[in-house]
Amino acid sequence: MIHSNKFGFTAVVLSMILAGCSSAPTDESTDIEDTAVQTGQVGTSAIDDSAMMDAASAADTVFYFDYDKALLKPESRAALLEHAAALNSNPRSVRLEGHADERGTREYNMALGERRANAVKKFMVLQGVSAGLIEVISYGEERAASYGSNDSAWSMNRRVELK
Amino acid sequence: MCMAFLLVGPLFLALSSSAWSELVIRVTQGNDQPTIIAVAPIALNGIQIKEDIGSIVEADLKRSGLFSAIPRRDMLAFPSVASDVYYRDWRMLGTEYLVVGAMIPIGEGRYQLDFSLLNVTAKKTEFNHRVSGTKSQMRDLAHLISDKIYQEITGIRGAFSTRLAYVTANRKNGKYIYRLNVSDADGAREKLMLESPEPIMSPSWAPNGKELAYVSFETGRPAIFRQNLVTATRQQLTNFTGLNGAPSWSPDGKKMALVLSKDGNPEIYILDLASKKFTRLTRHFAIDTEPTWMPDGKHLLFTSDRGGTPQIYKLNITSKATERLTFRGNYNARASLAPDGRTLALIHRSSDTFHVASFDLVTGRMIELTQTRLDESPTVAPNGAMLMYATKQGDRGVLVAVSLDAGVRYVLPAKSGDVREPAWSPFLR
Repeated sequence: MIHSNKFGFTAVVLSMILAGCSSAPTDESTDIEDTAVQTGQVGTSAIDDSAMMDAASAADTVFYFDYDKALLKPESRAALLEHAAALNSNPRSVRLEGHADERGTREYNMALGERRANAVKKFMVLQGVSAGLIEVISYGEERAASYGSNDSAWSMNRRVELK
Repeated sequence: MCMAFLLVGPLFLALSSSAWSELVIRVTQGNDQPTIIAVAPIALNGIQIKEDIGSIVEADLKRSGLFSAIPRRDMLAFPSVASDVYYRDWRMLGTEYLVVGAMIPIGEGRYQLDFSLLNVTAKKTEFNHRVSGTKSQMRDLAHLISDKIYQEITGIRGAFSTRLAYVTANRKNGKYIYRLNVSDADGAREKLMLESPEPIMSPSWAPNGKELAYVSFETGRPAIFRQNLVTATRQQLTNFTGLNGAPSWSPDGKKMALVLSKDGNPEIYILDLASKKFTRLTRHFAIDTEPTWMPDGKHLLFTSDRGGTPQIYKLNITSKATERLTFRGNYNARASLAPDGRTLALIHRSSDTFHVASFDLVTGRMIELTQTRLDESPTVAPNGAMLMYATKQGDRGVLVAVSLDAGVRYVLPAKSGDVREPAWSPFLR
């Protein structure tokens, strides 16, 4: 059985075994039936990062974290204060993207990335930025900034990016 | 119209199988005392097929680690029925079991394959079996033969007719392509389920093997989708602020456990798929994630760092009571339960590396199964004999299968890019 979908793709047969066993005393038999597998279509387009870039701010937009930690580092403070001040004087929507290094499990790292981004959000809200302007998204370990399985790559990947 | 597809379909299949077969198996470690089996070439009686069924069966059995095979070049004859077998010849080669078979056309594009498993030592036929299918199903026939033989000799149900789902990621000029694929358990017949420039994560099989749930960032945010393998129908199940992750289908297929952080931090929820109603199960400021169902459908296992480090907890869905299960080490996460309902595969950190370990829920014993260092996403085969996980070789993600006693190991590397997050299907028949 071969299907075509409405996009005109010809489906590739990837058969599934549906056994109907009718058995004789010594001879069993199994018939195989077909089902087709089709490829799904990705829906709406992703958010356009470029629309969110802030040309006015020259401060660092990436903030790094220690392993398995979501505490802001002292060196992140100055840049975050600058961003908070800019947002207070000129409110706009921002996105905080939290990331983790590749060690550990993917879904746990999603949670860790979110925890880091939330730490940055909390700091900015304490500086008076409206929480409603800040969206937190975690990418976990899915979007590495630096490739390689070593301490220096990992330290670059444990980060929150302000966009 | 229908005729056109009958012509086009098989052609496209032939082209796509070479373009998409990305996984190639290398057996790197086998069993010490394998059963010696000979699989004689299947007599085709003039039928033209591109697969070598005997070789597929042989490869299946060898990959289990429980068998070694007599090479064809050593065989003195290629019998296709039991009555043509000279047992003495096979015994001289050290053969313990012999598989013979022959295929004939039965009309309407279908073919029938009769095969026998012969016990060479006892000089007797263990069983005869008949399978039938179309030319596009020759790999299915082969895996079905492997299942029957494996079960007869080991007493364990064969899982060669199952499938894998997994994610691949390729990076080119700073752009990503993420793909969700489904293949046969041996990596053959890879089929694209979904392609996206944004991350795809956490595939989870429906218990009937006909649908997958997964996380896709295609909207710019993580969301959980379900997708039918046959119709490609997709449905977005969640669209909350924050994490929408770690979907896990209930054993009865009616519910899904998942993770949402809409109320501030990651919590475990159950979604009733018919009523679309979400029930929150955990209430803790810590990370609660990676839920997986116990076979009774009444308990979940999940990862939580509520005790300070990530550990595995058990949750009673009715009472919402939780119980910590793992205590050894400072990182135990992403439990995957074997079908015995007792053995967990999980990710365990020891001396700063992440291994796959098995954990016995009854005795509390933990055994490290792998020596690699960045292991992730263990998934147990539905027969409980093997588990598969993702790890890194060099800078590339590969899939590795290992038996639950760690005696057998094989690698399925992708030809290009990273392959990750394997999910072993349930039995499909």
